[in-house]
Amino acid sequence: MAETVADEDLKLTPLHDLHIELGGKMVPFAGYSMPVQYKLGIMGEHQHTRAKAGLFDVSHMGQAVLIGPDHETTAKALEALTPSNFVELGHGRQRYTVLLNEDGGIIDDLMVTRPLDPNDDGRLLLVVNAARKDVDYAHLHAKLPETVKLEVVDDRALIAVQGPEAVAAVATHAPAAAELGFMSAAPMEFDGIACHIARAGYTGEDGVEMSVPAGAAEAIARALLADDRVEAIGLGARDSLRLEAGLCLYGHDIDETTSPVEGNITFCMQKRRREDGGFPAADRIQKELTEGTDRIRVGLRLDGKAPAREGAEIALPGGDVIGILTSGGFAPTVGAPIAMGYVPADHAIEGTQLELIVRARRLPATVAAMPFVPNRYYRKPKA
Amino acid sequence: MTTYYSKDHEWISIEGGTATIGITAYAQEQLGDVVYVELPDAGKALSQGDEAAVVESVKAASEVYAPIDGEVTEANDVLADEPAKVNEDPEGAAWFIKMTVGNEGQLADLMDEAAYKAYIETL
Repeated sequence: MAETVADEDLKLTPLHDLHIELGGKMVPFAGYSMPVQYKLGIMGEHQHTRAKAGLFDVSHMGQAVLIGPDHETTAKALEALTPSNFVELGHGRQRYTVLLNEDGGIIDDLMVTRPLDPNDDGRLLLVVNAARKDVDYAHLHAKLPETVKLEVVDDRALIAVQGPEAVAAVATHAPAAAELGFMSAAPMEFDGIACHIARAGYTGEDGVEMSVPAGAAEAIARALLADDRVEAIGLGARDSLRLEAGLCLYGHDIDETTSPVEGNITFCMQKRRREDGGFPAADRIQKELTEGTDRIRVGLRLDGKAPAREGAEIALPGGDVIGILTSGGFAPTVGAPIAMGYVPADHAIEGTQLELIVRARRLPATVAAMPFVPNRYYRKPKA
Repeated sequence: MTTYYSKDHEWISIEGGTATIGITAYAQEQLGDVVYVELPDAGKALSQGDEAAVVESVKAASEVYAPIDGEVTEANDVLADEPAKVNEDPEGAAWFIKMTVGNEGQLADLMDEAAYKAYIETL
C-alpha cells in the first residue's frame, strides 16, 4: 500500500518550498507537484476549513486576461463562447461560467471578473482549471475575434483562503477585503503588496481568492499561516469540500460530453442568454431547457458507511443499471459518504431510492439536494 | 506469539493455531484517515495473495492481502463503528481478521520485525 512519487518534470508553484517545509505530501496534479495533504490530514484540514480558515495554494490554475478596445467588445467576444451574461456584468463583479464546444459540451468551467476600475474596461480576468488551461487558451486563441487578445498571466500566484474566519484573517493585512460583497473583487494592498482579491471560492464557505505577485506569494502565505485561525489545506480536502458544496470537478462531473443543462449548472446561464442564444449549440441547449434532458447530474447520499466513488454504477433497487457516479467519497462535515452522478431525469427527484454498485455489492443510496452542507456565502448586512 | 510482516504492510501474528492479521502503523499513515473497513465473513477461504479486506480512506480504497493461506474465523466488528481505530491502534485493537494457519511454510515468505523495520526505511 506504499505510495512514492518522484517526478522530475513536474511544474512547481511559487509556494512549493513552503509546502515541503510544512510537511506536505506532494503528488502530481495537472502537471504540477501539489500537496494532497499536510500533517493534519484530509479530514482535519477539511474540518478546520469549515470551523475557521484554510489556506489553499491554487497557483496551478490558469490566470489570463482578455483584452479588447472596450467592455462591450470583450464581453460580447466571451458571450459568443459561453452561455453567460458578460455585457451586463458590473464593475468589480465575478461570475462562474463554462466554455462550450460545438456540440454544447463543456470545455472547461471558469471564473470571469470585470475589473473594478472603469479605466480597465475592455479587460476581463479569467481563472481556469490547471488541467485544461492549454486546451482553453488554444480554444480562445482560435475563436476570439481580431479585436480581442488573450494574455496569459504567468507571474502571479493564486491563494484561496476559505472558512468563517478567512476574511477576518485576510483583513488583518488587507482591510479592504472585509468590504467586498460575495462575488465582488478589487485591487488592494496586503501588507503593502498590490494584490487582486475576490470574495469567492469553491468550498461553499465565505472566503477569498487572492491573485498576488509570484515573488510575494510565500511572504503572504506565511503571514496568513502565522495567524492561529489559518491552516494550510491540501488538494484532498479541497476535493471533499467542493463535493459537499455540490460543485463540479471538471473532467469528472462535467466534461466535453455534458451540456450545462445535463450538468445541472444552468444557474450560470442568465435569462437573456437562455432566451436569445448566441452561443455554441444554442439549439440543443435551448431545447434541453424547455424539454429536459435524458440524463442529469444529481447528488446522492449513501444510507450506509461504505463510500462509493467515481465510476461506480447507479442502479434501480434490485434492478437495472441506470447511470454512473462522477464523484464520491466520505464527507467529513456530513459525516457520511456522498456522491454525484448522472441518472435519467425520471429518477432524479430528491428522495429517490437507488443502489450504488461497489465491489459487486449494491449499496442503498438516496438522491439528495445539493449542496450537501448549507452554503455560508457572505451576505452584506442591510443598511 | 510471533509476528511477521509482508511487503504490502500487513502484519500477521501466530498464537496457538490462530493467525491475527492487520495493517501496520506505516500503512495507516500512508492511507490517512480511515473511514470504512470492509471485512470478509467467517468461513471465507483465503489463499496467499487473495484480497482479504478493503480499507477506505477519505480519498481512496486500498486492498489488504492474505499473507498466507487460511480460513477466516472472525472479523473485528469494532471496526464497523470505529474505523478510525485503524489509525489509532493499527497493530493492536484494530486487527482486521483472525484465521486458521492454512500453510505454515508460507511464513518463510514474510519478514520478521527487524527486517520489516529495515524495509520501510528504504521506502
